[in-house]
Amino acid sequence: MKELLSMFLTFAKVGVMTFGGGYAMLPILQREVVENKGWATDEELTDYFAIGQCTPGVIAVNTATFIGQKKRGVIGGIVATLGVVFPSVMIITLLAGVIDAFSHLVWVQHAFAGVRVCVCVLIFNAVVKLWKSAVKDVWALGIFLVVLAGAVLLDLSPVVFVLFAAVAGIVIKTLEVKKA
Amino acid sequence: MIYLQLFLEFFKTGLFAVGGGMATLPFLYDMAERTGWFTAAQLADMIAVSESTPGPIGVNMATYVGYVSGGVGGALIATLGLITPSVIVVLIIAAFLKAFRDNRFVNAAFYGLRPASTAMVASAGLTVLGVTLFQDGVVSLETVHWKAVVLAAVLLVLTRWVKPTKKLHPIIFILASGVIGALLKF
Repeated sequence: MKELLSMFLTFAKVGVMTFGGGYAMLPILQREVVENKGWATDEELTDYFAIGQCTPGVIAVNTATFIGQKKRGVIGGIVATLGVVFPSVMIITLLAGVIDAFSHLVWVQHAFAGVRVCVCVLIFNAVVKLWKSAVKDVWALGIFLVVLAGAVLLDLSPVVFVLFAAVAGIVIKTLEVKKA
Repeated sequence: MIYLQLFLEFFKTGLFAVGGGMATLPFLYDMAERTGWFTAAQLADMIAVSESTPGPIGVNMATYVGYVSGGVGGALIATLGLITPSVIVVLIIAAFLKAFRDNRFVNAAFYGLRPASTAMVASAGLTVLGVTLFQDGVVSLETVHWKAVVLAAVLLVLTRWVKPTKKLHPIIFILASGVIGALLKF
């Protein structure tokens, strides 16, 4: 029980200190989980992080589940995950209420219009980062273009594109193996 | 009833969004369009707040969307919905970690998923761009917000090409943009 509580608190701490994407979390995990608690080694952490990127969902959550389950099984996985999302739920819920109360003010609306411009640039930068690890050959470029056109022009659920892309990837790689 | 709907929507998002927090964006836009719980412009504001507050951005966005759609209960339910598939999938994979990592089909599927995920985030970005740079999202010379275009160009240069500012945390740019927006009446 004591260890589970300590796990919850450690991951809550990791959650509070993570700003932005899951990548920002790696150095904090290294300090808290590897150096302070010794729950995983550096190699294990890198592995979990790599697999956390290739499993569905938020990378931070996936990594927390991995470490928690390694230490204390299924319960550990659940407790670590709840710990890492706990600060988000508290902070955002409080903040959303405050923003709600002020959103009718004209200058707040102007401020958010300015902030939205910044969000566009941040999304663009995120796309560039994803692109570098995703589009490495002409087939990958083809998938990118097909999905981009589909997402912009068609009114389909993103699920359709995810399934299409997974199947396309398997087909392309299977054909490559046969050719070689 | 909205709680069940929220849980299912976010369960779907958590199950199919591959590649981290930003990969949940296309699902959130799809949700905005279909359910009318929130608008695309509201979502852009939520992204900014999620990026500027502690916590993984994907979790923050789920909590925020949940709150806007269904209050405090909605915030909890949406977050639980998002993390439930992750937990289930990771617990299953953890049981045969090495086999998963070295599996030819898994790698091939991800070879296809990565560019698709990039394209979907790009498409969501275009939606935000439309409502941000143009009046009511109508793309034409008369409706373009010139102040916003100039700010976007400056931010792009500062975050990508100017060495001393490139490494700064996004919060700094978000806060500066908010101040500029308020002062110049965007």
